Amino acid sequence: MAPSSLLKAALIGNPNSGKTSLFNQLTGLNQKIGNFPGVTVDKKTGISKLTSNQQAEIVDLPGTYSLYPKSADEQVVMDYLFDAFLKATPDFLIVVIDASTLERNLLLFTQVRDLGFPVILALNMLDLAERDGKKIDIPKLINKLHVPVVPVNARTGEGIEQIRFAMACPVHNPPEQYLKPMELAPAVVAAIKKHMKIDNDYMALLLAHQYEGMLSLSAYDKAAIDSIVKENKFQSTGIQSSETLKRYDLIRKIIKDTISIPVVSTEKGRWSERIDKVLTHKIYGFAIFFLVLFVMFQAIFAWAQYPMDLIDGLMGFLKEVVHNILPEGSLTDLLTEGLIAGLGGVLIFIPQIAILFGFIAVLEETGYMSRVMYIMDKVMRQFGLSGKSVVPLISGVACAVPAIMATRSIDNWKERLITIFVTPFMSCSARIPVYTVLIALVIPSKNIFGVFNLQGIVMMALYLLGFLAAILSALVLHWILRSKERGYFIMELPSYKMPRWTNVGLAIVEKVKAFVFEAGKVILAISIVLWVLATYGPKEGMQQAKIEGQKEALAKGYSPAETENYISSKKLEASYAGHFGKFIEPGIRPLGFDWKIGIALITSFAAREVFIGTMATIYSIGDQAEETDSVVEKMRNEKDPQTGAAFYNIARSLSLLVFYVFAMQCMSTLAVVYRETKTWKWPIIQFVFMTAVAYVSSFVVYSFFE
Amino acid sequence: MTKIQKSVADLKPGEKGTVCCFKDEIMSLKFLEMGCLPGSEVELSHKAPFGDPICIRVGGYALSMRLKEAATIMLIE
Repeated sequence: MAPSSLLKAALIGNPNSGKTSLFNQLTGLNQKIGNFPGVTVDKKTGISKLTSNQQAEIVDLPGTYSLYPKSADEQVVMDYLFDAFLKATPDFLIVVIDASTLERNLLLFTQVRDLGFPVILALNMLDLAERDGKKIDIPKLINKLHVPVVPVNARTGEGIEQIRFAMACPVHNPPEQYLKPMELAPAVVAAIKKHMKIDNDYMALLLAHQYEGMLSLSAYDKAAIDSIVKENKFQSTGIQSSETLKRYDLIRKIIKDTISIPVVSTEKGRWSERIDKVLTHKIYGFAIFFLVLFVMFQAIFAWAQYPMDLIDGLMGFLKEVVHNILPEGSLTDLLTEGLIAGLGGVLIFIPQIAILFGFIAVLEETGYMSRVMYIMDKVMRQFGLSGKSVVPLISGVACAVPAIMATRSIDNWKERLITIFVTPFMSCSARIPVYTVLIALVIPSKNIFGVFNLQGIVMMALYLLGFLAAILSALVLHWILRSKERGYFIMELPSYKMPRWTNVGLAIVEKVKAFVFEAGKVILAISIVLWVLATYGPKEGMQQAKIEGQKEALAKGYSPAETENYISSKKLEASYAGHFGKFIEPGIRPLGFDWKIGIALITSFAAREVFIGTMATIYSIGDQAEETDSVVEKMRNEKDPQTGAAFYNIARSLSLLVFYVFAMQCMSTLAVVYRETKTWKWPIIQFVFMTAVAYVSSFVVYSFFE
Repeated sequence: MTKIQKSVADLKPGEKGTVCCFKDEIMSLKFLEMGCLPGSEVELSHKAPFGDPICIRVGGYALSMRLKEAATIMLIE
C-alpha cells in the first residue's frame, strides 16, 4: 500500500454559496479552529478522507464576493491567498459556486484562476437554478472554464463523493488569464513583479491595489510598492472598476453559451420576496422579531437551568472527591478551590452560550438574520451602529467574548468599533447569578397585578438598563468619533432555506470552543491568581487572624465546622485580597460599599459570578454550602456596624446591582477587545468609561435611596 | 430644462429600471462586484420599515442597500 498522503486544499466562495455546508459535509466533526497567522479571524481546518490512503486537509476561508476585501473577514482571504501563492500551497482551491446566481459567483472564480491556482469548481444549488428555469450545460461549462466542474448539493450531500474523487485525482489545469493586467497598468505590474520576484501579473496588480491593508506584507515591501504605485500615478479605483467590468463581459459570454435562461422569467425564487413582505413589514416585521427575541431569552433562562445545575453538582462532587483522596494541604486547596472552582466557573456558562448561539445559527441558516439587520438598520444607525450590530448585541446576552468576535462582518470601522465598545454593556450570563442573589436579597417576591412577579420585573429592568447603556454610549461615541470611512449596507438578502441541523450543531460547537478557549483560559488563570491572593497574606497577619478567629469562635461557642468557616473569613480579611479590599474601601464608600464588597468587586474580574463564591467565603459559609440561598440568608443578617440596621438595605443593594450592570469586570472581554482592535487604547478607554458610568450611577442610586 | 436623472432611490416598490452609471466611484466598486452593472435591469422589491434601507432585485437575487447608497445608482431615462 502506498504511504498515506495529505493533500492541502482550501474552500473559497461567496457568502451564502453553501461553502460551510460543503465544508461540514467533507470534514464532519474532524474540524479544528485556529487563528490565521497575524489576524484574529478564526481559521477552520478539517480533515477529509479521500481514499483509503489519501487524506486532504481543508481550510474553510471566510465568504467573499471578490479579492478586493471590504471587511476584516474578507481581508483574511486575500492574505491567505498571497501567503499560499508565495509558498505554492495549497494543492488546489475548491471554488464553491451558487448556480442560481452563477454570473456574480463566477467573478471570484475568474480572479482565483488568474492567480494560477489549480481549481475545482463545486457547482452548488443547481436545484434552485433549475427551479428558476435555468438549465446549465455542465460539459460545455467544463469546456469553457478548463477546470473540473462537480455538481454538488451541499445540503443533501449529493456529489460529495465526486468532489473527493476530483481531489484525489487532480487533473492538470492549464493556467488561465481572463484578465490581462498588462493592458491595465503595464509599468506598475512589471515593476512589482520584479521587486517581489513573482511571475504572476494578476498578483502584482492585486498588490498594487491592496498593499496598504495586507497583513502578510513586510514594511519594506509595502514601502517599495508604495513608491512604485506613486511614481506611476496608479489609478486604483478606475483600474479596479474596469477590471470588474471586463470580467463580467467575459463571464456573460461564457454564460450565454452554457446556460439557457427561460424567455419568460419564471423565477419561482421570488417566493422569498413574498415572505419578505411579511417579515420586513413595518408592523408584523418588528412584532415577529420581538417574538423571536422573547422565545430566545425564555429558552436561555428556562432550558439552560437544568444542564447548569448538573454542571454545578458535578463540579461540587469533583471537589469533594479530590478533597477525600488527597491529603489536606495547600496543594489540594489550590486544586479544589483554585483549579476546579475556576473550571466550574467556565463550564457553567456553556449551556446558555450553546442555546443562544444555536438560536442565532438557526436564524442565520434560514436567512432570517439578514432580514433582522435589514429592518433594524435605520433604527441602529441613529446611534452610530449598523443593522449588522444586532447579532453582536444579542450574542452579548450570553457572553461578550464571542459577541465581539461576531462584529467582524461589519465592514465600516467606526460602526464596528462602536459595536465592540458597547456590547459589554449587554447583561451577559455571568451577571445573572449576581442579579439573582441581590434581587432575592431586597426585592420581595410578590405579584403585581396578579400575574407579574416583582423579582422578574426587576430582573428584566436590569437587562433593559444594560441595553439602554449600550445604546446611549453608542450615541455618545457616534458624536465623538469622526470618520470619513464609508459604511456599506450593500448586502445580499439570501433566499429563505430550511436550516441544516448539522451546520447548526457545528456552529454551536465552534462558539462554545471560542468561549472556552478565549474566555475560559483567562477566567481559569485569574481564578487561580485570585485564589492565591485570597489565601495568602502577610505572614504575621495571617497567623494572628487564625489565632484570633479561634479565640473568638470559642468565646461565641461555635461548632467545629462553624469555627473553621469563621477562621476562613478572618483569614480572607488578613489576606492580600483583604488588604486590597480595605485599600479601595475609601474609594467605594460613597457607593455604600465596604471592604468586603471591595474584595468581591476585585475577584469579580475573573468572571462576575465569582461574586457569589467570594461572598460565601467572606460571610464564612464555607464551600460545602455554596448555595445561593445561604448566601442570601447570610447577607440579609449582616448588620451595619454603626446603625445596627440591616447592612444590605435597598440603597446599598440597588447600588451594587447597578454597579454590576455597568462595570467592566471581565478580563477576557478586555483581552478580546485588544485582539480585535489591535491596540490597548480601546480596552483601556472601555474599562475607564464603563467603570466611570458604573461608579457615577451607583453613587446616584445610593445617594437617592439613602 | 433638463430633467433630474432618476436613481434607484427614486423607484417605487415593483418599479423597474436599467442601470446607466454610478455617481460615486468608490461605492460603485462594491455594486460592480455584486453584479449590479451598467445595463443591468433592477427592480425595487421592498423597502424596510421607515423606508430605508431598500431591497432591489438584480442578477436574479435580492440586494439590500441604504437609501443613500441607492441614490448613487443612476438609471437610464
